[in-house]
Amino acid sequence: MTQTQNDQRLDHAAEPGAVSTNGAAARFARLRVPFNQNTSLLIALAVLVTIIGVQAPEFFGSANLRTIGTTIAIAGVLAVAQTIVIIIGGLDISVGSITGLTSVTCAMVFTSAGGPFPGLLSALAAGLACGLVNGLIIVYGRVNPVIATLATLAAYKGIAQLISDGRAQGYVGADPIFIFIARGSIAGIPTLIWVFALIAVAAHVLLKYTDIGRNLYAIGGNDKAARLAGVNLNRYIIAAYCLTGAVAGFAGILLTAKTGSGQPVSGSEGLELYSITAAALGGCAMQGGRGTIPGTVLALVLLGVLENGLNILGVNSFWQNVAKGTLLVAAVVIQQRRSGERRIGLPR
Amino acid sequence: MLRLRGLSKSFAGLPALRDVSIDCNPGEVLALMGENGAGKSTLLKILAGEHVPDSGTVELDNEPLPLGSPTKARRAGIRIISQEPEIIRDVSVAENIFVGNVSTGGGRRFDRKRLTAAAHEHLRRLGLDGLLQPEARGQDLSPAQRQLVEIARALVDTPKVLALDEPTSSLTDREADALFTLVRQLRDSGVAVIYVSHRMAEIFQLADRIAVLRDGALVGERSTAATAEHEVVRLMVGRDLSGMFVREHAADERVVLTLEDVTTDDVSGISLQVRAGEVVGLAGLVGAGRSELARAVFGDVPLRAGRVLVDGQPIELRSPRDAINAGIGLAPEERKADALLLERSVRDNASLAVLDRLSRFRFVRRGAERELVEGLATRLRVRTPSIEHEVRKLSGGNQQKTVLVRWLARKPKVLILDEPTRGVDVGAKAEIYATIDALAAEGVAVLVVSSELPEVLGLSDRIVVMQNGRITGELTRGEATEERVLALAMADHLTGAS
Repeated sequence: MTQTQNDQRLDHAAEPGAVSTNGAAARFARLRVPFNQNTSLLIALAVLVTIIGVQAPEFFGSANLRTIGTTIAIAGVLAVAQTIVIIIGGLDISVGSITGLTSVTCAMVFTSAGGPFPGLLSALAAGLACGLVNGLIIVYGRVNPVIATLATLAAYKGIAQLISDGRAQGYVGADPIFIFIARGSIAGIPTLIWVFALIAVAAHVLLKYTDIGRNLYAIGGNDKAARLAGVNLNRYIIAAYCLTGAVAGFAGILLTAKTGSGQPVSGSEGLELYSITAAALGGCAMQGGRGTIPGTVLALVLLGVLENGLNILGVNSFWQNVAKGTLLVAAVVIQQRRSGERRIGLPR
Repeated sequence: MLRLRGLSKSFAGLPALRDVSIDCNPGEVLALMGENGAGKSTLLKILAGEHVPDSGTVELDNEPLPLGSPTKARRAGIRIISQEPEIIRDVSVAENIFVGNVSTGGGRRFDRKRLTAAAHEHLRRLGLDGLLQPEARGQDLSPAQRQLVEIARALVDTPKVLALDEPTSSLTDREADALFTLVRQLRDSGVAVIYVSHRMAEIFQLADRIAVLRDGALVGERSTAATAEHEVVRLMVGRDLSGMFVREHAADERVVLTLEDVTTDDVSGISLQVRAGEVVGLAGLVGAGRSELARAVFGDVPLRAGRVLVDGQPIELRSPRDAINAGIGLAPEERKADALLLERSVRDNASLAVLDRLSRFRFVRRGAERELVEGLATRLRVRTPSIEHEVRKLSGGNQQKTVLVRWLARKPKVLILDEPTRGVDVGAKAEIYATIDALAAEGVAVLVVSSELPEVLGLSDRIVVMQNGRITGELTRGEATEERVLALAMADHLTGAS
């Protein structure tokens, strides 16, 4: 803000008065999208499904729908966690690495303890510990969350490679619990989707119906105001990163079950960006205070359908990335227009 | 010559400037005086092109000045030196001075040596050498030096009009003297100087003419030679808002809030008491340390010494949370920046400080929440389509009432209100005053920080006046007049008796 005033005074920046009365750019800037984020996502989804369905009716087959669901489940769990961190105005780009680390931990503890439950618990504990470290660095080291988790992204990946010697570890593919997680189903719906759905519902309830959720939104919306209303900022921020770590532990378990072994790096690399993509597409504001779990889930479905549909239609996978990127830019630009962001200086 | 004609400006329906016409001649120092909020800053911001007036014109040398464009105002030769200097922290003083004009020959190549030499020469010409080193970094400068950089920056070329907004508030005597010499030089070279200050001594030393604003209107113009301090003070005060205030009851004897020798980085040795049902006004000029004191009592800035007691119990203040738990509430001065979640609903904003009480097993009881918020919103007449409406869409008055609802919901023992009616329209003002009175009647100890004298006088049972971080006096409701409060608030600045 100070910088902006500075610029104005020193005649560098555009003048606010001039911008709003000036040409097509201004008209575009004033454009307001009439419906909310979720409605836009639903419309985009409907359009996409129609286009794909017309050209490839097998898209609607229950086998294909299950494929979409199980594909988005792991990234989906991380996107839910990411949503919470973004709501408080933070970001966690180490979630992919935590998933890899917890996957390896899970498989190795399973092998040495000889049972599934120590493995599952160790994955969650490891995830929680990773999240705690992130939170402590951010709060007490006073480090920007992007930088802090960029550092731990590298560090956690390194730890996972160290303890696994860089290779897939353990074999859980014969254990009935892991088989159930990977390929089982309840009421015809795969377990992977159930786990994702339960985590999403739990996060939604937390955000929407508890005082914790209200305070998380308050911190992201205006941290000074939250502090002056008696919210303990440090505790909430650390807890949010712990929660994210623990949820990434769930993702690690799902990954282990799905691939049958502990995967230090492959299988989780790139998930952090996918989770941020989904959250942003789902309406999370990067400066915090705005975003919902239903929005993120819709965005996940949209991304899953896009990927799957383009596969079915035989579109080159390089084009799929271009499509994903375009979709994200379009969504965020629309979101900025709607929120009436200031139009001078750099976006925050 | 600079000619302002019929300038009016309202913010959210609240007039800040009413039909002001003033001239300022080349080679003249015009002092602009008035209470906080009288419209001086608005006037300067219009000149600077930061605000567009609702009506009126500005002419410079018989040419109409395009309004609302900082670039054009600057090009026309107008320079405004604001109260808060803007300094780029990571570059040298020389670069700070020439920012925007850095390329001093040689195309776009940046020649540090040449720039530093130019800065030396520039400062020498202004008579500021010895006070400011061109090589120093922005972040290492004292507040006074920052102010000098701002002045040097405005004078890179000779302006036609120079306006200074309280330039000496952070300067020592030596620096101020250098500034006065500079201002006189500029005046003698034909610059029209507008000088805003509260310091009477300075004004009478420097100004040729004095223009006084009150409530946004020009209430008098005097030649300095033909007027006296007490006359200027008389012009500054004397608003009539008496119809808006109700004070119907007497305070209890029971002391609720006690400050003992409270000292922070900004205030020192503050001792005062507020009794149950009493409204104490904290008066003073902007920068006297009143908001800083409020924040210290609320645990937002650390105490260096002294203690705060509620109901006779000392409270340990590590964060605002401790203050809230002890029964203190604060509606801060900057409500948008420090109090409101602008993108959330009235409900979310109003219940923020009581979520713990409204929750069972951490689940917010939404029914109870709605009942509480709706009840208080109705009582305070918050005008909103529903309590689910986003707060940023409400007017300033309704936003402020939302903040009040938040603290009323908490049922505090002590409520601190920092500028409770800033940016609030007249109707909402009266309602906020009535609310404050009702709270006091319920036994809440209320501390009101206000820069509006009629407001302080109308609301308070007792008025404590601060200046430069210290208490300079205390007046009861019966004793207080605007002149007496202002005299205490400007105690150091008044030379003669008033």
